[in-house]
Amino acid sequence: MPQATGINDIIKPENLVYKRTEVMTPNILHYCPGCGHGTVHRILAEVIEEEGLQTEAIGVSPVGCSVLLYNYLDIDWQEAAHGRAPAVATAIKRLLPDKFVFTYQGDGDLAAIGTAETIHACNRGENIMIIFINNGIYGMTGGQMAPTTLPGMKSSTSPYGRDVKMMGNPVKMTDIVATLPGTFYVTRQSVHTPANVRKTKKAIRKAAQYQKLNKGTCFIEVVSNCPSGWKMTPVESNRWMEENMFPFYPLGDMKVPQESESQTTNK
Amino acid sequence: MAKVKGSIVVDIDRCKGCEICMVSCPTGTIAMAKEVNHKGYFYAYPANPDLCIGCANCAVVCPDGVITVYRTKI
Repeated sequence: MPQATGINDIIKPENLVYKRTEVMTPNILHYCPGCGHGTVHRILAEVIEEEGLQTEAIGVSPVGCSVLLYNYLDIDWQEAAHGRAPAVATAIKRLLPDKFVFTYQGDGDLAAIGTAETIHACNRGENIMIIFINNGIYGMTGGQMAPTTLPGMKSSTSPYGRDVKMMGNPVKMTDIVATLPGTFYVTRQSVHTPANVRKTKKAIRKAAQYQKLNKGTCFIEVVSNCPSGWKMTPVESNRWMEENMFPFYPLGDMKVPQESESQTTNK
Repeated sequence: MAKVKGSIVVDIDRCKGCEICMVSCPTGTIAMAKEVNHKGYFYAYPANPDLCIGCANCAVVCPDGVITVYRTKI
């Protein structure tokens, strides 16, 4: 009996396990090789597709590397001024409460210029999802020091490493918003290995479900790499991230709702 | 015992050669090509296609989403 062992025999539509989601447009991502942004875009698109939110989702894109995000996901978008995405998302969600509203921001956008907007949106408990990509550097403008740069970490504006006496300490935004009463679900994840990608996808899916139940702000930080800004290869930068970023920004849930809370609807 | 066999298809022109799929592959199926694609990147390709088990780890971790995965039992 002949067996189907040839590679071409396996490549059939009925054997398909994984393919790029249709919510992503065919445009080629402009990110550097190995950048975590592409992975987060894709899992966000997958969650939107699997939850059937393509017609309901409204994203607010930031200023930073992901400023062209509206080119890549085939949903409705609004571009916000630098750092003001949570304020814009607040307005959208209040006017259109049935829509799935989220912001997607980097650390320069969310933790530097938009600190006030972020903290107040979370404190008011606006019913939005905030995705925060933290790579410890201003990636788009050439690798300058960000509020999230680690102590001693080299960047183009701290070439001898960040001196905390002169430049202050890094800001742990996720820990700050987890203490606010308005937030419902706060977590920190990463996308550098398949297991972490799956965990992050689960977190985004949970946040999307909580928003349907009007629970409050869901805040997802994704610790990411910046191979170009850190001057490393993508694989080296992922290893560096594991060794240096994770001890300072430990992965895991910061604020998890109780089982009874997560089922009922708040109005 | 049923054996699981997989196969991947890489969209070569979109691949940016970041090598993250190569280190994520549990069976060593993927390697980087010696030649470049039209953008000048050393693209990923299934160098040992017989080892592939279709776990989709490479596709899940790929930042550019260039890998499509197929799997069957034989």
